Amino acid sequence: MKDKSFMLKNLMLALLVVLIVVIPLFIAKDAEFGGADGQAEEIISQLDSNYQPWFKPLWEPPSGEIESLLFALQAAAGAGFIGYYIGYYIGQARVRKNANR
Amino acid sequence: MLKNVLIFFVMIMLLPRPAFAMHIMEGFLPLKWCIAWYLLALPFIIVGLFSIQKLIKTKPRLKMLLGFAGAFAFVLSALKLPSVTGSCSHPTGVGLGAILFGPWVMSVVGTIVLLFQALLLAHGGITTLGANAFSMAVVGPLISYCVYRVAKRLGGPQWLAVFLAAALGDLLTYVTTSLQLALAFPANPGGFVISFVKFMGIFAVTQLPLAVSEGLLTVITLNLLSSYNEDMLTELSVVLKEVSYER
Repeated sequence: MKDKSFMLKNLMLALLVVLIVVIPLFIAKDAEFGGADGQAEEIISQLDSNYQPWFKPLWEPPSGEIESLLFALQAAAGAGFIGYYIGYYIGQARVRKNANR
Repeated sequence: MLKNVLIFFVMIMLLPRPAFAMHIMEGFLPLKWCIAWYLLALPFIIVGLFSIQKLIKTKPRLKMLLGFAGAFAFVLSALKLPSVTGSCSHPTGVGLGAILFGPWVMSVVGTIVLLFQALLLAHGGITTLGANAFSMAVVGPLISYCVYRVAKRLGGPQWLAVFLAAALGDLLTYVTTSLQLALAFPANPGGFVISFVKFMGIFAVTQLPLAVSEGLLTVITLNLLSSYNEDMLTELSVVLKEVSYER
């Protein structure tokens, strides 16, 4: 479809993203990689040791596994739609090109 | 025995557990701030609802593209990525939609994503939804949209405008989160500024590499959209003729 250099550029950008994600794992080797919000909670309790959360989540995923299931579903649903959309228009563009020939 | 086990489990269920999320956690913002941020976010969401309605009425073909922008935000905010600080956070994904549809539409889309995460993932919260919507669904898209427009007007290349818009929108979302927490929890002594610096140290620094990732992912996605779906983008007056890496 598009020229090779176009796809190559996109591929390079994607590779760069992978690098940015992987490098911290090596830089901060012994880190816990917990959520940034967990640290925020610590700071809140430092700033105001009397503060108690006054509301609890209505429902919490009962375990880390269930939580990752829901996160995976969220990502899969979004990615599925994105794949469908882009695939649909790639196909349409191809049909148009063939018709013009 | 069975009774003890039961009691044990009930205890565990009732213990307040930290809900890991990058948004402000449920119950972690005093009531008056919850209300204030709800009130501040609401007008944007209402305007957003009207502009979505108008968009669907005048350009029904773009419904799918709107869904696409929502899906993009859905995926990106599900990806908790490691950062150089040794903790994790996630991108927001609202920059793409803000570039395509403007900031108002994304305030609705972003709030829907936040609502999903608050209800099903205990990520963020219902009481803090106003505050989180203000940072991720109002400030983020607004910054993205403005940065994109300014960069284009200054004659910057397309990819750079997109990259800066998405990355800065992402970053400023978390700067806003820090600001909200600092306002609610001023340090004593030191006040707001000290707290702000502390929260920035967590949220904003962690977010820096993620903002770059989000910028790059948004560039890739807009590249794909503009090469296969040009007429729709033209209809949106994003006018991406050809993705030009060089001017």
